[in-house]
Amino acid sequence: MRYAMVIDTLKCVGCSDCVVACQTENNVPVGYCRDWVTESVGGTYPSVEIELRSERCNHCSNAPCVRCCPTGASHIVEGGIVLVTHDECIGCGACIESCPYDARYTHPDGYVDKCTFCMHRVEKGQKPACVAVCPTKCMYFGDLDDANSEVSQLLKKREHKVLAPEAGTQPNVFYLI
Amino acid sequence: MNEELFVSGRNIPNIDPHLHIWHWPIPLYLFLGGLAAGILFFAALFTILGKEDKVPGAIKLAPLVAPVAIVIGLAALMFDLTHMLYFWRLYTTIRIESPMSWGAWVLMVMTPISFAWAFMYFRDVFPNFHWPFKWLYTIEDWLKTYKIWLAWALIPLTIVLGIYTGILLSAFNARPLWNNAILGPLFLTSGLSTGAAMNILFAKTPYERHLFGKIDLGLIIVELFFIIHMIMGYYAGPTAQREAVQLLMGGEFTVMFFVFIILMGLVFPLILETFELMGAKVWAAIPAILVLLGGAVLRFLMVDAGQMTRYLY
Repeated sequence: MRYAMVIDTLKCVGCSDCVVACQTENNVPVGYCRDWVTESVGGTYPSVEIELRSERCNHCSNAPCVRCCPTGASHIVEGGIVLVTHDECIGCGACIESCPYDARYTHPDGYVDKCTFCMHRVEKGQKPACVAVCPTKCMYFGDLDDANSEVSQLLKKREHKVLAPEAGTQPNVFYLI
Repeated sequence: MNEELFVSGRNIPNIDPHLHIWHWPIPLYLFLGGLAAGILFFAALFTILGKEDKVPGAIKLAPLVAPVAIVIGLAALMFDLTHMLYFWRLYTTIRIESPMSWGAWVLMVMTPISFAWAFMYFRDVFPNFHWPFKWLYTIEDWLKTYKIWLAWALIPLTIVLGIYTGILLSAFNARPLWNNAILGPLFLTSGLSTGAAMNILFAKTPYERHLFGKIDLGLIIVELFFIIHMIMGYYAGPTAQREAVQLLMGGEFTVMFFVFIILMGLVFPLILETFELMGAKVWAAIPAILVLLGGAVLRFLMVDAGQMTRYLY
C-alpha cells in the first residue's frame, strides 16, 4: 500500500475549495492552512504559461521530517502517510526546518501540525476532503502499489512531475502537466 | 524564470512568518554549548597531559563558566519549545538519525559532569569557602581521585557537543545554507576557539595566557580555512546553494558576515594575537573578547540567514 495524490494542473482553476474544505474538515485554526494553492507564471511575454497547483505535505517516502524528529512524534504509518503524534511532539521545530515544501506549521496549542491525507476519512474508504470537494475533479487519490488504480493509470498515461525532486525526498504528490 | 504566487491560504499574513521559527534562543544556545564544550575540552586535555599546575586558570577557574553557560543554554532551548511540557519525550527514545536526539542525550550526560568539574575545584578557586555538609567533602575527594576518568570521558563528549551544534543545522537539506558538511567542524572549531578565548580571559600566569593565545591563533586559522571552504562549497553546489550564499555575498547579511565575523571575529584577533606573541604590548582581553563576540555573531547569522533559504518559492 502506498497512498499517493495526483493533481491535474491543467484542470485546476485555483478556486481554493480544497483549502477551505481542509480547514473545515480538520478544524484547522483560523489563519493557518494545511494546503494552499500556488500560481506559477513562467516564460516571457507573449508566450507565458500559468500553472495552478494545490500544494500540501508530500508524504515523502524519504521524509526528512521523520528523520530529524528527536522524539519519533513524526512517523510514517502503513500506506506511507506521514503523521505527527501530538503528545509526543515537543515543538522543537526541527521538522519545520527540514521540510523543503514548508508544509508544516506550529499549531497554536504548541504541537506541529500538517496534512494527514485525511487519514480518518481514508480509513473509512472515503477520499480526503480536498479531493472530495474539488469542483473540477482535478485531484485523484489512491494506491500506487495497485497498478490498476486510477492514480497509477494516470501516472502511466500522462506527463507528470513532483516538486523539488532535487531535495531527494521521493514525494508522493504528483502533478500532471 | 518562474514567478510564484500564493493564490490561497499561504497569502494569509499569519502563515509564512511562522516558518521562520527559530529565534534568538537557538543561536544563543549553539554559542553557549560550543563555549562550554571548548572550556571543558581544554580543562580535560590539560588534566590528561598532567599540566594542572601550569594552567590553573583553564582547569580550575574557567570551568566555573561551563555549567552556567550550559544551564542558560538549556533554559533558552526549553523556552524555544512550543510544546514545552512534553520535553521529557526526548528521553523516552533514542533516534540515531536525528542530531537533536543525540544532542539531547549528550547534554543529559554533559550537564552533571560540568557541574561535577566546577564543584571539584570550587574550593581551590575560593579557598575561604566551606561546604555546609560533610558528605560534600567526601564527594569532592572522590571526584578528585577519579578526575582523570572524568577528563577522559569529557574529551569525546565535548567534541560531540561542539560538533553537534553545527550538525544540528547541516542535517536540514531543506535549508541550502545549512546543508553543508563543513558546518559541524566549523562550529566545533569556533567553539574550541571561544573556549580558548575564555581561558585567555581567565589565565592566571603570562605562560598560560600565551599558551592559549597560540592555541587560539591556530584555531582561528583553521576556522578561516573552513569558512573559505564552505563558501567555495556553496559556489560549487546546486542552484539552491548558489542562491543561498548570495545572502552573504552581496545580500542582506554581507556586512554582518564580513565585518563582524571575518574582520572583527577572526582577522583582528589573529593580527592582535600575533603581535602579542611577537612581544608587542596588546591588552590580551581585546582579541579574546572579539573572538567571543565573533563566535556569537556567527551562530546568530547562520541560524537567521539559513531559515531564509529554501528550495521552493
